[in-house]
Amino acid sequence: MLSIEKLNVEYYRGGKTISAVRDFSLAINAGESVGLVGESGSGKSTVALSILRLIRPQEGHIVSGKIQFQGQDLLSLPPENMRDIRCRKIAMIFQDPFTSLNPVMRIREQMDEVLKAHPSLSASPSRLVEALEQVQLESTRVLNSYPHQLSGGQRQRVMIAIALLGQPSLILADEPTTALDVLVQKEILGVLFSLQKKLGLAMLFITHNLGLVTTYTHRIAVMKEGRLVEEGPSQAVFRQPSEAYTRQLLEAIPRLGRSTG
Amino acid sequence: MIKIYFQRFRQNHLAMAGLLIVGFLTVLALVSPWVSPKDPSLQDLTARLQGPSPSHWMGTDDLGRDVFSRLLLGTRISLSVGFVAVGISMSVGTFLGLWAGFFGGKWDTLLMRLVDVMLSIPTLFLILAVLAFLGPNIYNVMAIIGLTSWPGLARLVRGECLSVREREYVQAAKMAGVSTARLLFIHILPNVVAPILVSATLGVGGAILTESALSFLGLGVQPPTPSWGNILSIGRDYLHIAWWLSLFPTLAILVTVLAFNLLGEGLRDVLDPRT
Repeated sequence: MLSIEKLNVEYYRGGKTISAVRDFSLAINAGESVGLVGESGSGKSTVALSILRLIRPQEGHIVSGKIQFQGQDLLSLPPENMRDIRCRKIAMIFQDPFTSLNPVMRIREQMDEVLKAHPSLSASPSRLVEALEQVQLESTRVLNSYPHQLSGGQRQRVMIAIALLGQPSLILADEPTTALDVLVQKEILGVLFSLQKKLGLAMLFITHNLGLVTTYTHRIAVMKEGRLVEEGPSQAVFRQPSEAYTRQLLEAIPRLGRSTG
Repeated sequence: MIKIYFQRFRQNHLAMAGLLIVGFLTVLALVSPWVSPKDPSLQDLTARLQGPSPSHWMGTDDLGRDVFSRLLLGTRISLSVGFVAVGISMSVGTFLGLWAGFFGGKWDTLLMRLVDVMLSIPTLFLILAVLAFLGPNIYNVMAIIGLTSWPGLARLVRGECLSVREREYVQAAKMAGVSTARLLFIHILPNVVAPILVSATLGVGGAILTESALSFLGLGVQPPTPSWGNILSIGRDYLHIAWWLSLFPTLAILVTVLAFNLLGEGLRDVLDPRT
């Protein structure tokens, strides 16, 4: 359904360009969940932003590569058609729910933005209620709230609800639990992956925690310094990592009763 | 959030005083034609240059007109010049600032260099030159004050827009498929409105002051329409025999500008406690 071929992305840093993603290729099939793992700065988020063409033009640009989605080449699509893809076909959940919701808009208004942006979606108010109930939120209260009146976990659920409003077939989840505490992390992951299964969505789940993704995803791709270093079925990568770097990532997961010395 | 702002504002006594005075002046400006005790343009040459008395609370001018009535009507003129001029400069400054900040690149360079040029021109002389060319009347005064006072605001809005543009919620809105125009005006603008509001409030005081100066110099509101500046200008000729003709318009200007400044600074304290 989605295939990325030889993607190269550069960022501008003080007059120089820095290569953030190098010759990155990855494919995701319909209904499949893929974990994209790597340390901070390895280019994982950049891959997700490139798919939706959300890299700020002042900060960087896609140098070369091809991103095919359902037979369309996303990188050569005119901006107007790209808007029809966003949230409607491919939606993204951001890392920090404390900054990804607009502080001066009520949740209802922010959710309405998706419906307004896509005339093909029915604009009935019950859609918002359904979307919030899908993520187990009490819709009446949440709809009339401002983001600061909600907890981090509630906000991230709202983000998931917003992402699902456009009935996309692919979700890009960019470290959706990193900013949350451990218990809430588990809740959010539960909500996200049960919906993924239920709705048959494809998912690219970005994280720096290799242990987190193996239980939830079908396949894992490991990134280092902008390159894909390893890719394979989750369990296989987890049990027998072929790359030294993947082993390092695995050993970095803290476990009870074992010294990391 | 609004509630918190309101509470903070109420605790700021100077700002509350500013708000009350501004509110009072606005009401006065609206009703002035109906409450003024005398016809402000009625001349009475038998009662020229009379000091304050029960029949003329603030005395009369060189043509025997009632100064209090003229000041009341002047409130209307001065405030409308202040509000309209700031309305113009706010619209222009906000729009250009958002544009430069959001799109960046050559637009940013072009607009900000224009701002630099505008800020380096002594505004009062530019206004004087333009008014001498176009002819002095109240509409030209409003327009020219408005069109020369936007650069500071544009720069302010650009700076705010640059920082808001980078926030994740702007990217999230883009992800939702929101159009560029909506992104600018629905998602970014409300987040930069606080500094605009503060700057506009302070700007009204400045515009009133400029209008008074222009009218004083004879290039602003033209007689017989009364404005604080042109009353003051008549007063200058009779300063040694008719102090009331200078004192009351001066007080009116002072109180009004002070009230707007207190209100503006109070708003700044409330909306942006860091400064």
